[in-house]
Amino acid sequence: MKRRAFLGAGLAAGALFASNAGGRAEEPAPRATGCLGLIVERASGSVLLIDNVRRAALGRIEGLGDLSHATAVFSPCERYAYVFGRDGGLTKLDLLESRIEKRVLQSGNSIGGAISDDGRLIAVANYTPGGVNIFDADALAQAASIPALGADGKASKTVGIVPLPGRRFIFSLYDAGEIWIADFGDGATPKLTKFANAGRLPYDGNVTSDARHYLAGLFGEDGFAHIDLWAPELKCERVAQNYFGGQQRLPVYKMPHLEGWGQSAGELLLPACGAHEVLAIDLQTMALKKRIPTHGQPVFCVARPDGREVWVNFAHPLNDIVQIIDVPTLDVVHSFAPGPGVMHLEFTPRGNEIWISARDADRVVVMDVRRREKIAEIPAQKPSGILFASRAHRLGG
Amino acid sequence: MAKGAALLTMIALLPPACAAAQQPRDKLVSLVRQDCGSCHGLTLKGGLGPALLPPNLAGKSVEGLAAIILDGVPGTPMPPWRGELSPEDARWIAQELKEGFPQ
Ligand code: HEC
Repeated sequence: MKRRAFLGAGLAAGALFASNAGGRAEEPAPRATGCLGLIVERASGSVLLIDNVRRAALGRIEGLGDLSHATAVFSPCERYAYVFGRDGGLTKLDLLESRIEKRVLQSGNSIGGAISDDGRLIAVANYTPGGVNIFDADALAQAASIPALGADGKASKTVGIVPLPGRRFIFSLYDAGEIWIADFGDGATPKLTKFANAGRLPYDGNVTSDARHYLAGLFGEDGFAHIDLWAPELKCERVAQNYFGGQQRLPVYKMPHLEGWGQSAGELLLPACGAHEVLAIDLQTMALKKRIPTHGQPVFCVARPDGREVWVNFAHPLNDIVQIIDVPTLDVVHSFAPGPGVMHLEFTPRGNEIWISARDADRVVVMDVRRREKIAEIPAQKPSGILFASRAHRLGG
Repeated sequence: MAKGAALLTMIALLPPACAAAQQPRDKLVSLVRQDCGSCHGLTLKGGLGPALLPPNLAGKSVEGLAAIILDGVPGTPMPPWRGELSPEDARWIAQELKEGFPQ
């Protein structure tokens, strides 16, 4: 029972499990997964299984290892989640049964991963020893390994991995400053396309939902690396260069993330690295359109699913505030304090509600998006990432 | 009069404006685990930044590590923490990292 410690015992838990804490034998009701999700509890190596329609935690699944910086992807049927842990652990969870289906320690240290468009392959980007490992999504058997040796021959950390159509993955090599595409279209042996000299120290990358624009944020340069994946001849170019315009970069206490970035109305809203600014890039010209001043250094810039607003959280020590940017005017229109240590934000699939993790208050706050009012609170242990199963059907990262 | 004297001692004890005051140990432990952990890992086994476990730091001096913590490593993501940590805090963290950081 340890792995299934129930929280909201009287809520949906009874319907989810054949035998519940009361010991009564109950037939499990038929159940769907479209409203399920996970909250990562980073310090305790556990995740909360949640229902975002009932706004309730259904149970806690423990034993997932070091979950700092953990993230997850979901199978196309929305039954399974694949959680990528910091300790290199790859854990497959069964959301219907609320349990660990399988767990492998695939490397010393990993950062994130992706699931192929056909749902068959799980790719894990690693810090130590670097490179990307590919697993069969059913059994978690290793299917391939891509050592990320840069042009200089040195092993590189890999970051910013996202799926592309046609069983492909794209990712960046942090140390080597390259971007690679691994194409599994012909089976288990990938065809690699490499872009050298992409830019210095790419720290994260993401692709737009049309799988057209891949951008990697550069720590070592003032700008982003960009590949137009619709171009007949792929090439990697710097965009939004000199966004600081000679200004000093502030020390970065937490690296910004490009996941969930604000893609909307022909623009991309991205966190600047080392400035209290969100950057708006014009997707037609890839030129910088506006530097939007914000409360602190942005970490996540998450677009409301309809794209009208972008909600932003900030790095330590200004991480108790969330700001809302209005996309038509590219201005901050609202600021509020959902709790100390805001780590992540996740909209429900249609954007009517948003879940926000306040790590240092040990809770997740659920808000009505239109009214911008709190409607529920879910207790959680040092919550960080919030990941809904509906991500299974979202294009882009 | 007594009140005024107490105020004076208090002011004398305050650190200079730019340096951070020494912080309680549990706050430092949480800062290292949570906020250093975002780059070095919650278990300090490494991430974007290198592992900060005793074997990794064996050959390195407390003073040297404390200097890195206070001033960062220019040209890399390692930021300077001087605004937030006092030299005593940084030395304490460096010492504890070398010995095995408390949970
Ligand atoms: C934004 C990411 C980031 C954060 C946050 C961060 N570090 Fe680092 N740290 C790094 C990187 C990257 C390096 C490696 C720098 C280099 O290449 O020399 C490093 C190096 C170090 C080193 C030197 C290690 C060695 O073996 O020489 C120490 C000590 C250290 N960090 C301590 C800390 C402490 C303590 C904190 C929190 C108060 C912290 N770091 C927060 C990224 C970070």
